Amino acid sequence: MANNENIIELKHITKRFEDGFVAVSDFNLEVKRGEFVTFLGPSGCGKTTTLRMIAGFDTPTEGEILLNGEDISQLAPHMRPINTVFQRYALFPHMNIYENIAFGLKQKKTPKDIITKKVKKVLELVDLEGFEKRSVATLSGGQQQRVAIARALVNEPEILLLDEPLGALDLKMRKEMQLELKNMHKELGITFIYVTHDQEEALTMSDKIVVMNAGEIQQIGTPEGIYNEPENAFVADFIGDSNIFNGIMTGPMKARFAGGEFETVDRFPKGTQITAVVRPEDVIMTSPEEGIIKGQVVDVIFKGMHYEITVESGRYEMVIQSTRSAVVGETIGMVVEPDGIHVIKAEDETNYFNVDMNKDHRLEFNGTVLDTSLTKIIKGSRRDEEGHLLDGNGEIIDPDKLRIVAAISPDDIQMTDDVEESIIEGEITSLIYEGDHYSYVVSTEIGQDFIVHDEYLWNMEDWVGLIIPVDKMKFTFRNIKK
Amino acid sequence: MKFSRKALGIPYAIFLVLFVAAPLLVLIYFAFTNSNGEFTVSNLLGFFTDPNTLGTLCYSFAIAFVTTVVCLLLAYPTAYFLATSGLSNKGAMIMIFIMPMWINFSLRITALKEILSIIEGNLAFYPFLNSVIGMVYDFLPFMILPIYNTVSKLDPSLTEAARDLGATEWNAFLKVTLPLSIPGIVSGVSMVFLPSMTNYVVLDMLYNSTYIMGSLIGSYFSAYNWHGGSMIALILLGIICLFTLATDDLTEEENAGRGGALL
Repeated sequence: MANNENIIELKHITKRFEDGFVAVSDFNLEVKRGEFVTFLGPSGCGKTTTLRMIAGFDTPTEGEILLNGEDISQLAPHMRPINTVFQRYALFPHMNIYENIAFGLKQKKTPKDIITKKVKKVLELVDLEGFEKRSVATLSGGQQQRVAIARALVNEPEILLLDEPLGALDLKMRKEMQLELKNMHKELGITFIYVTHDQEEALTMSDKIVVMNAGEIQQIGTPEGIYNEPENAFVADFIGDSNIFNGIMTGPMKARFAGGEFETVDRFPKGTQITAVVRPEDVIMTSPEEGIIKGQVVDVIFKGMHYEITVESGRYEMVIQSTRSAVVGETIGMVVEPDGIHVIKAEDETNYFNVDMNKDHRLEFNGTVLDTSLTKIIKGSRRDEEGHLLDGNGEIIDPDKLRIVAAISPDDIQMTDDVEESIIEGEITSLIYEGDHYSYVVSTEIGQDFIVHDEYLWNMEDWVGLIIPVDKMKFTFRNIKK
Repeated sequence: MKFSRKALGIPYAIFLVLFVAAPLLVLIYFAFTNSNGEFTVSNLLGFFTDPNTLGTLCYSFAIAFVTTVVCLLLAYPTAYFLATSGLSNKGAMIMIFIMPMWINFSLRITALKEILSIIEGNLAFYPFLNSVIGMVYDFLPFMILPIYNTVSKLDPSLTEAARDLGATEWNAFLKVTLPLSIPGIVSGVSMVFLPSMTNYVVLDMLYNSTYIMGSLIGSYFSAYNWHGGSMIALILLGIICLFTLATDDLTEEENAGRGGALL
């Protein structure tokens, strides 16, 4: 039986394009009447495709779309009581504003005097009284956007779809329109489904956010829920600024990450590999002695409401937002209260660690040069005669502004007693038997924990060397602001 | 000496004066004089009183009109399909339509003549039809290209918006796509209609002995009637001017040089 409260339900929606690309897979969502729902995700995550399936421009390969309990997934777009505000407005350039807005009503054969009245009313709603006779080309981007909204709303749709409607506007205009849209939603009581890649926009406007990535729903929740309790590292990284660390539970409510041991609110069995998310505003700066971890301030930026302070602690980087400033070069301590740490069970056990670039532009880890070519990692890069590193466009890369991260699977690391031949040494701090192998955590001298799989039994607190083969490492790089 | 950018225009200015402006003046001079070199409007009056010349004008109009309509009916669906379909090798498809233009004109018409004589037996049976077929064959790409260009530049979300607002597929086409492709249609029409009024070579080669404007002018000149021929040429020029002015309003800035740039 259809649930009367849900205006639209998407059930197991999958969209596979002719070339085999799966844009959306097994998408399930219920939207209540009058809700403001936002699809949030990076470009190419399938959010627009999902919207187009609701509008009727694309049909799902599998699954059904229930509008008031009836499947509309095969219904032509003009048969659906749903209207869309398009990304680039899609106003008809050969019609004036009145004709644009009246288009939908004319299709429904509405009497002329009623059309005139409705157009006038909706133009008042979007603050464009008296614009009837103007041509589309004479309007600014913001005004065109309002006309596009008016053109959709005049049809009194059950659901209004908005496909990144504010993307083309400048920042100030966007903020204004966000508020106006939110007010319109409150006033009209129409269900809004909104698509954006701007997390701030989503947090500001929505009742419910659907975070998507690579065609799949990552998390559905309220803005607060998604911000405070991200279900995985992707959501944590995408919503708001966060410090994300790989770590391990050292007790039921204790976790080791970023080179320190922290109390947590979340409870996981000892030895569970975790991802710890720490919001920059939850890091408290202390004196070096009082901190759980300490580090050196490398960057301070004034952001108006607060300072953004970057601290390097061992091999980790922590970003802090604080109303207190700090001095670059100063050593500070850092404390995070248990409720400031959000612990997520790790999806995989891949080890990530930062590697350095030396002045010859070779990669180094713990003082050992890695036998690999930088040109393979940064596509098209090369060195010029003066020894500068150039990227594919021939621009100089500043090694200080580049962070290179290596990834290695626990299966590819070997433990050895012979510390001479190892790249790094450490102590076994955790040991779990996982059926056919042991899973170890080796806490190294530089504060980085490695997860290692080995079929042989080693003892807790053994001092071991790790052999990490370079050819099994996968490198990624990103530019950092400094 | 200081070199100014204007100097670059000098070669073309010379060309313009020698081969465009001067002949035009000569044309006007001959059109308004008689064989004694005296000013007269009798050539003008002669054109509009002679049933032969008026008949030729009508026949030219008829050929050009039918050719244009047939071209439009063939070209629009083709161009629309090419522009809106998701074909991956659109370039190759366009090439197929342009390719005939790379083959020598008289060779193409000769080939067409052979094909038509096989089908019809004797070309003399259907002179008008044959002429239209020849013209359409010759001018079709000039109609397809500008329409294709206009339609392919239309934002697909405009049709989607129309559909979204409750228009059926046909209504969305009628109310949005078609009006927005008018600039392409107009430039296609002007590129087909005007040349097909004067292209008498097609008629000659397909054994249509009826005169059209081009052949009429030719016949005056070959009979050494420079004055009558010049007047007809001038009148034709006037018609073309009026036609261009009328269509300019429709195309506006949107289409400036679009079709022309292609050809």
